[in-house]
Amino acid sequence: MKKILSLIIALVLVLTLAAASADTVYRTLDDIKASGTVNIGVFSDKNPFGYVDEYGEYQGYDVYFARRIAEDLGVEVNFVSTEAANRVEYLETGKVDIILANFTVTPERAEKVDFALPYMNVALGVVSPDSRVITDLSQLTGDDRVIVISGTTAEDYLIRNNPEILLQKYDTYANAKNALENGNGVAWANDNTEVIAYALQNEGFTVGIPSLGSQDTIAPAVSKGNETLLNWLNGEIKALGAENFFHKDYEATLVDTYGLDYEDSLVVEGGGVTE
Amino acid sequence: MPDLGLEVLGKGKNFVRLLDGLWIALRISLIAAAISIGAGILLGIAASRNRSVASVILRIWLGIIRIMPQMVLLFLMYYGTTRAFGWKLSGEMSAIIVFSLWGTAEMGDLVRGAVSSVPVIQKESAEALGLKPPQVYRLIILPQAVRRLIPQSINLITRMIKTTSLVTLIGVVEILKVGQQIIDANRKTSPNAAFGVYLTIFLMYYLACRPLSLAAKQLEKRWR
Repeated sequence: MKKILSLIIALVLVLTLAAASADTVYRTLDDIKASGTVNIGVFSDKNPFGYVDEYGEYQGYDVYFARRIAEDLGVEVNFVSTEAANRVEYLETGKVDIILANFTVTPERAEKVDFALPYMNVALGVVSPDSRVITDLSQLTGDDRVIVISGTTAEDYLIRNNPEILLQKYDTYANAKNALENGNGVAWANDNTEVIAYALQNEGFTVGIPSLGSQDTIAPAVSKGNETLLNWLNGEIKALGAENFFHKDYEATLVDTYGLDYEDSLVVEGGGVTE
Repeated sequence: MPDLGLEVLGKGKNFVRLLDGLWIALRISLIAAAISIGAGILLGIAASRNRSVASVILRIWLGIIRIMPQMVLLFLMYYGTTRAFGWKLSGEMSAIIVFSLWGTAEMGDLVRGAVSSVPVIQKESAEALGLKPPQVYRLIILPQAVRRLIPQSINLITRMIKTTSLVTLIGVVEILKVGQQIIDANRKTSPNAAFGVYLTIFLMYYLACRPLSLAAKQLEKRWR
């Protein structure tokens, strides 16, 4: 047993040492253009951001943008199916050139990959019944309870910034949904994309607060240090702003899920955060 | 009849996509199984002699493979080798290598067990009759060992087929992933599609594994 353990430790050591000395893994802008194909990692089962339709074709908000990137680079696009858990890994090993998979910019991730300019906003949102629409957290009084799902950014945000608000916590989306419909809480706080989609699908509920707290953004990411590609992407995103590209993208892919009302609060055009 | 959302399978090429996904899962697991059986038999025979170098190698190899979840092995083979050595293995190739390493170790252990379980007296009697060592193996020990091997090796192969669902993490889109894609793409129009799609995948896995266990039963009967 000891022998085996030490062998594994040795193996891991060798791998990490070798990793430290490895050459650059990514392909520069010229490499990509020369090869004629750009590898873009997208989700394949996160409708409406990245999914595969019944003909086996990739579709969605991220995919729409990815196709445009390939077109403007003058190369073919090769979509690689990624999971939330392996997005960073794909870039760190250069197995894809760009990740366009609803990738929220966070400081921890920015240490491992390079983010380009954002193309979408995410924030928290609060949905409540039409009979009493909460448009500001100050409208909550006494023993009003706000429903949250445990472990979400919404729970974290409310505990930190509004500790006086009573929370009603649930483990799953389905339980939180039932609780709101049964009136166990006066409102439900979650990612704004989630509550907006919920209010559109369920009569009698309104998103009173579409954007709460700090805005996070969603951006394309490239391998750490791949400056030529990063600069090109930033230029591309700015240039696309001139033709309102991401609004067109939203209208082609997201409007069915989120409706037109939230277009301006969700879309980031030309790389500048709105609001 | 409850709504299983089966209509999603009729849309576009969805059913063919599922079959393609099944083919990818089978291709990976069957190639790996063929390699594992060949290499495992050789390794197992070599390791059945106590205190041989092969038996030490097999023990360590088995130890490593059994401690590490297959997912970690897949990550090491796909991402790790790129980081460490700059290898550019495709997802499918990495999967075949990992499954072969796993299968060879398990198969080797099964063969070792089966060979050692043949009573020593069989070997001694064969030697007393004047058979040379290769003949002892070919004519006396292996035919008896193989019978004991069949059920467990079929079990190993079907486990391999099922474990292919992990390869989606290294970018290989196999049957389960295709199923999830279909479910998600139809989330709004057919919210119950998960039942129908997973039921279909279950049947496909079953139909793929069933012939193997039938063949194994047939062989066991014939050799009894």
